Amino acid sequence: MKVRPVGEDALLVEVASGDEAQALHAELLRRRAEGSLSAREIVPAARTVLLDGLDSPARLAAELTAADLPPAPPRTREVVEIPLRYDGPDLADVAAYWGVPEREVARIHAETEFRVAFCGFAPGFGYLTGLPSRYDVPRRATPRTAVPAGSVALAGPYTGVYPRSSPGGWQLIGTTDIVLWDHARVPAALLSPGTRVRFVPEAGS
Amino acid sequence: MTDRALAVVRAGALTTVQDLGRPGHAHLGVPRSGALDGPAADLVNRLVGNPRGTAVLETTLNGCAVRPRSTVVIAVAGAHCRVTVDGRPVPWGAPVRVPAGALLDVGPALSGVRAYVGLSGGIAVEPVLGSRSTDLLSGLGPAPLTDGTVLPLGRPTGAHARVDVAPQPAPPSELVLRVTLGPRDDWFTPEAIRAFLSRPYRVSASGNRIGLRTEGPALERARHGELPSEGMVLGAVQVPPDGRPVVFLADHPTTGGYPVIAVVRAADLPAAAQAVPGTPVRFVAVRRR
Repeated sequence: MKVRPVGEDALLVEVASGDEAQALHAELLRRRAEGSLSAREIVPAARTVLLDGLDSPARLAAELTAADLPPAPPRTREVVEIPLRYDGPDLADVAAYWGVPEREVARIHAETEFRVAFCGFAPGFGYLTGLPSRYDVPRRATPRTAVPAGSVALAGPYTGVYPRSSPGGWQLIGTTDIVLWDHARVPAALLSPGTRVRFVPEAGS
Repeated sequence: MTDRALAVVRAGALTTVQDLGRPGHAHLGVPRSGALDGPAADLVNRLVGNPRGTAVLETTLNGCAVRPRSTVVIAVAGAHCRVTVDGRPVPWGAPVRVPAGALLDVGPALSGVRAYVGLSGGIAVEPVLGSRSTDLLSGLGPAPLTDGTVLPLGRPTGAHARVDVAPQPAPPSELVLRVTLGPRDDWFTPEAIRAFLSRPYRVSASGNRIGLRTEGPALERARHGELPSEGMVLGAVQVPPDGRPVVFLADHPTTGGYPVIAVVRAADLPAAAQAVPGTPVRFVAVRRR
């Protein structure tokens, strides 16, 4: 674990893997909930957790550097199920990258339990991990100028669902009608870091 | 006309509703947002008797014009500009009573970029995650103003200040940004770090509420390849592949994959919000306190 100061009151804690980042994130949330850590923002990402708005960053940095990272807590939270149709325009390309028939892409994807590693890009957009690394796919060489809301897509080790229409370079494999972000709902975001996710194929897809 | 609302007559290049923003939601991909020149927004609220953090209007370069439907006290600060009510000049940087139905015109910036219009009672659009701020990156909060928009106003809670004019900093003729290096300064060559801290940059015309873009020497990386996405803070100086530093402002993305060479002190960012394109920029290294 390497702790890098960020500006005056933030720290970037770097760990070796995405799993470690998720474990560290869970531990930092636990500390904040019990009152032993004061941070305005705790932002997990691919291999790091950012702590922003700290009272005494230098002291926390020393403490974290000396600390052993506890193992990830047991997965007890309920699973969010996202119904979808595997009808994306890049399904054939993904099948070719994976070296399987198109139907197999849907089967493999729907059998995987995902976890939200981190959020970003847009409110409600979660970077979902869970697919074995042999199923990593590159981004499209030319990004689309408009990806429809509800598109389910793959890039690198991640799966994501576009909360609203935006430009994007991920490989589109399906479509869902689920609403990822609704600020009239509590919580507004369906997916937050740590949420477990399963994709459920809709009948006929 | 007694309803507490205002009609937008001239929206200007970019006029948004801003308050203190919505910090605390970065883990959901929600930028903090909020007024770029916080001290100016605080000042107009004080002048009209609003609590700190009441929603105000933030204009960009060419002001805006609005017609309140009830009598309000207004104040304009930030970018220096000509302010008129029904065509008659009124003071800038001081509380002014605008009668119901009168036209308040906030003219183009004579110096600076963003003017703030405080109105007694504040803009009372529905808050999203505790804030009324327009967030241009993710589209939260009210859309930027358009001609004909009608915005609700809140009830005044306090008396306006008794001042003729409030002192305010002038916009910078040279933008000096104090930075602490890191967290990814090790991704750059020593020459790049030296250039960053000693060579002149200029404010680019393509900046926005997301970031202040700069023009100047391109910073060469010592490490290539991809940085896995990581959390970003306000004031982060991110260096995209073209090598030109971008200073992240209020609507910045919450995670990003380009290395951050340094972070600008928060106290220096209001001046960045008022620096016109072409303003010389110097990044000056300071020790962490």
